[in-house]
Amino acid sequence: MKHPKEEELIAYHDGEVEGRDSIATHLRDCPECQAELARIDALLAALNSIPVPEPAEDYGRRVWQQISPRLPEKRAHWWDFLFSEPKTVGWLAPRRWVAAGAIAALVLAAFIAGRLSKPVVPGTPVAVDQSKVRERILVMAVGEHLGRSEMVLVELANSGPQIAGQKEVNISREQRRAEDLLEENRLYRQTALEQGDSALAGVLDELERVLLDVAHSPQQVTPAQLENIRQRIETRGILFKVRVVGKELQQRGESGNMPATPSSSAKSERNKA
Amino acid sequence: MNRMRPSVETTIETDAIAVERTLAGDRDAFRILVERHSRNVYRLAYRMTGNQHDAEEVVQEAFLRAYQKLSQFASRANFGTWVYRIAANYAIDRMRQKKSEDSNRALPARETEDGLEMDLMSSVPDAAPSPERLAQSGQVADQMRRALRELTPAERTAFVMRHWGGSGIDEIAEALNSSASAAKNTVFRSVQKLRKALEPFVERRGQARAMGTEL
Repeated sequence: MKHPKEEELIAYHDGEVEGRDSIATHLRDCPECQAELARIDALLAALNSIPVPEPAEDYGRRVWQQISPRLPEKRAHWWDFLFSEPKTVGWLAPRRWVAAGAIAALVLAAFIAGRLSKPVVPGTPVAVDQSKVRERILVMAVGEHLGRSEMVLVELANSGPQIAGQKEVNISREQRRAEDLLEENRLYRQTALEQGDSALAGVLDELERVLLDVAHSPQQVTPAQLENIRQRIETRGILFKVRVVGKELQQRGESGNMPATPSSSAKSERNKA
Repeated sequence: MNRMRPSVETTIETDAIAVERTLAGDRDAFRILVERHSRNVYRLAYRMTGNQHDAEEVVQEAFLRAYQKLSQFASRANFGTWVYRIAANYAIDRMRQKKSEDSNRALPARETEDGLEMDLMSSVPDAAPSPERLAQSGQVADQMRRALRELTPAERTAFVMRHWGGSGIDEIAEALNSSASAAKNTVFRSVQKLRKALEPFVERRGQARAMGTEL
């Protein structure tokens, strides 16, 4: 039988499937090609031995610090500032104060949208518009909040020891984000209750318990403790509920055609969740 | 249940959420992608450029380009593979540019070493070492770096992506902006050149190891 070409043997080494069986059959009976393949294996194995410096654990964070000032804004929505990372941290500007301040600004914006305009007769088109504007602001803000919460929970659900046998996992990053979200969550839950949206308030209440769990866990957890947190998230089905409600709010926000109070179908969908 | 490391599927799923949120204006979501994939991109970049300084620049530029082109990223795809390809593509441009700058200079590129950082590719002496010195494994490693440096940027990219990154021919073709058959040829040519340059040394090292005389 004809010997395989050099490129075919290299492709064979690389695990390519095309013509693999016939090359394997040939190799069984051809010491010459076996030696040729062994030489290719040895060369590539030797090249693998060239050392590559292993980047530090926090390398990704350093890259982010270097590139983040150079990233242009994707979309300049006026509410983005509410949710962006505070530029300074420390005792002068604790992250939770910033979050609370952002919510206060949001509630104020909703209040101004609803109140600071000339008085109108209830039921006129203008009154409907104001009510829509106010709800739209809240809907978008809560939708954003749920999206961010979902990210933290998904990250947590997927975190784990990078190396088999690692005794502890650091979840401090997720914890900090959970703490920030907790402040926002409380205020949104109260607002939802005041507006009579008990279904949304219920989901936010459940989310709050999960966020509290995360925020109060130790920074370094054992794989067993992490599994415990994960099971609590899974048992409550909170991720699914957050996704459903977040999606619904996003659709309402995008359509811009929202009732002043949530529709019964929207509520029933949330209750199903 | 074994939860030691997130599966590829869950990584792709959470990456897709992060991409979606970045596109919706949440810059912090992009941070997750950067923190998750930087180390892998660095390893590729280091293998391609052969030095830490250039590798770090490739990593930063790859993520900046990924952010700018994010709207072109199809959510069906794997973000890790996509940014890897962007890095490979940029590294080729950078290597070509450096090569042309070096050839325009009167002094060889290795004279630019500042002593603070060792450029592995350019620190290899050009004169062929004696067989005695080559018996030392460190010298064989130097010889390997030299052989890699002598590949064209496209060949080195193809080799690194295929043999160290485990990339498929289609991915390599995209990084090289070429057809799949051209990419396959480039991979083959790179291995062929490396064999020609290195096999005598690798075999000699193998013999020395077998005889117990390797240093």
